[in-house]
Amino acid sequence: MAAVNLPRALRDGVLGAVVAAALALPMLGFRLVDSSQALTLGFRFDWVLWAALVVGIGRFLLSLSRDALPGRLPALALPNWGERFPKARLYLGWGLAGFAIVLPFLPFADRSLVDKATLVLIYVMLGWGLNIVVGLAGLLDLGFVAFYAVGAYSYALLATKLDLSFWLCLPLAGLFAAGFGVALGFPVLRLRGDYLAIVTLGFGEIVRVILQNWQDFTNGPAGISAIPRPTLFGLTFTANAPAGKTTFADYFGLEFSGDHRVIFLYFIILALALFTNLFTLRIRRLPIGRAWEALREDEIACRSLGLNPTTIKLSAFATGAMFAGFAGSFFATRQGFISPESFTFIESAVILAIVVLGGMGSQIGVVLAALLLVGLPEWFRELQQYRMLAFGGAMVLIMLWKPSGLLSHRAPTIRLGKEKAA
Amino acid sequence: MSPTPLLQVEHVTMRFGGLFAVNDLSFTARPRQITAIIGPNGAGKTTLFNCITGFYKPQVGRITLHQDQGPVYLERLDDFDIAKKARVGRTFQNIRLFARMSVLENLIVAQHNALMRASVFSLAGLLGLARYSKAEKLGTDKARYWLNKVGLLHLADEDAGSLPYGSQRRLEIARAMCIDPLLLCLDEPAAGLNPRESQELNTLLTGIRDEHGIGLLLIEHDMSVVMGISDWVVVLDYGRKIAAGNPAEIRADEAVIRAYLGEPDEAEA
Ligand SMILES: Nc1ncnc2c1ncn2[C@@H]1O[C@H](COP(=O)(O)OP(=O)(O)OP(=O)(O)O)[C@@H](O)[C@H]1O
Ligand SMILES: [Mg+2]
Repeated sequence: MAAVNLPRALRDGVLGAVVAAALALPMLGFRLVDSSQALTLGFRFDWVLWAALVVGIGRFLLSLSRDALPGRLPALALPNWGERFPKARLYLGWGLAGFAIVLPFLPFADRSLVDKATLVLIYVMLGWGLNIVVGLAGLLDLGFVAFYAVGAYSYALLATKLDLSFWLCLPLAGLFAAGFGVALGFPVLRLRGDYLAIVTLGFGEIVRVILQNWQDFTNGPAGISAIPRPTLFGLTFTANAPAGKTTFADYFGLEFSGDHRVIFLYFIILALALFTNLFTLRIRRLPIGRAWEALREDEIACRSLGLNPTTIKLSAFATGAMFAGFAGSFFATRQGFISPESFTFIESAVILAIVVLGGMGSQIGVVLAALLLVGLPEWFRELQQYRMLAFGGAMVLIMLWKPSGLLSHRAPTIRLGKEKAA
Repeated sequence: MSPTPLLQVEHVTMRFGGLFAVNDLSFTARPRQITAIIGPNGAGKTTLFNCITGFYKPQVGRITLHQDQGPVYLERLDDFDIAKKARVGRTFQNIRLFARMSVLENLIVAQHNALMRASVFSLAGLLGLARYSKAEKLGTDKARYWLNKVGLLHLADEDAGSLPYGSQRRLEIARAMCIDPLLLCLDEPAAGLNPRESQELNTLLTGIRDEHGIGLLLIEHDMSVVMGISDWVVVLDYGRKIAAGNPAEIRADEAVIRAYLGEPDEAEA
């Protein structure tokens, strides 16, 4: 083992303390104090000091023990389940789907649990949608929330202004969002990687800013309220039927309960999410899906084989956007109220984090990541303020241990081996 | 020699700033022949390929591919249309496979346009119509044929990126063949191969020429390959053609020896 390098450790420690102090000064040091008459600026010198000390000493110790530590973190000894048990993924998928279907009828499933599960499913669906763009086609999209917003506003406006039903608006919302996907796709055709990420991020913000400022059309920051709830073949989920309608409870001779609507909404999003999943699984085995993956791997090679990158990219953007549009209109009908607040950049970041954490291109990985990133914070509401911290921490750990995501094993979409065996 | 040329390159000039990478170059390549393009490093060979396959647009000149239906002017087409409509296939000097897709998938992607037509832009496939599965079966059969040809059948389900170097080169050739090309452009296919692999490559290429009636354009530094299998050799230096002829003529050409081959015995290899 190498000798302890004290000067270096001291230098690292002092440097760390200085950086920590510089960061802590604006972030921890200043605070607004509400002194009955006016707000005044307070200063917490001790907090800055503690931050600098903790970081400085920590860095010093880390630096001291650096030679004793292994050069880099050992790859997490997680076996590659996908590779070892090729069928496991299939069973896990069916198991999860089956569990999701019976969930609302389980004894412990109360209204709030179903509600949380609905939220998780929204993100699962968004993750699956973005997975087409990022995971399959390899186009880093940081503005995915824009399509979610387009879907939500499409339904909200069509329903409140033109009185169209949810089931009619759902495909329309998907169509509009897909249209926006193509509209975004055109200007960014030549971009890749970081550049693409920045432009899509800008696009997401543009859509939000337009929603916020186009007062006449979108009602600006105040948003749209009283968005109609979906019906089941014309049966409403209200306590008293509106004129000319029947309620679900009356029709089936049940006692009215608010739970019915929650469960109904849950099944809608479950159906939408499963549809997204089946679509993706299917399209991965079709020419267009394989072209997306080929484009992710090597665009030049694609061109040399006669694949037109323009149509392939646009179709990926449009397809991903379409699913975001579906999810958006569901979000609008579930909330009954939407405003630009719901479609900030952080939503895009969460969805992207779900895809990256899950393992690009992995369908079940997205479910696990959505449970982790959206489900857990819902159960630990008190810790809400640490959510972003946990988020960042989880990302750093994943990138260190499993840089390709929780589940990253990719199975070929077609095999010769199977045919030979059969 | 067959009378009609397959590829006609006329007065092609490709400039990068002040550098003439290809300078007023003219030559023809015939069907069912292997035409080798040789020359020192930086002579403009890869640039010429990029002009033929549409990745670069030459400032001057015309590139014509003669199909049965009539001539196609390649310099007017987009790169992907050159592969799709003119049916010119190519490989790359630094291999470009779809590394994280399986060997078989690489070959299936190469048949994208045919499969797209068969699946009505994937819609028939989405609905699970038999029409698509039949087309995919044909695609798999073609892939199996070429995998067998290049000796990679047993690795069909492996990731393309995990193959050894020589196999990757052969896979890239198989993939280019899956677009059913009339002309196949190979950029240094023997680079990095051991002598045995290089010998197998010769067999593969002459097979492609003789059994499939395809014209080949071959950039190669390995003289055993060039002299062994090519029917016609074009020598470039500083973007210009300094000689053209059959292998024996080229081997004896004073200008070629000066610029590229060096001592005659070195050329034997
Ligand atoms: N995109 C480009 N921009 C600028 N210069 C280029 C470009 N591509 C090629 N060149 C230049 O053109 C000349 C010819 O390059 P090219 O790659 O065609 O040579 P080559 O004959 O294929 O050489 P090698 O045997 O090393 O592969 C070189 O001087 C190269 O630097
Ligand atoms: Mg070259």
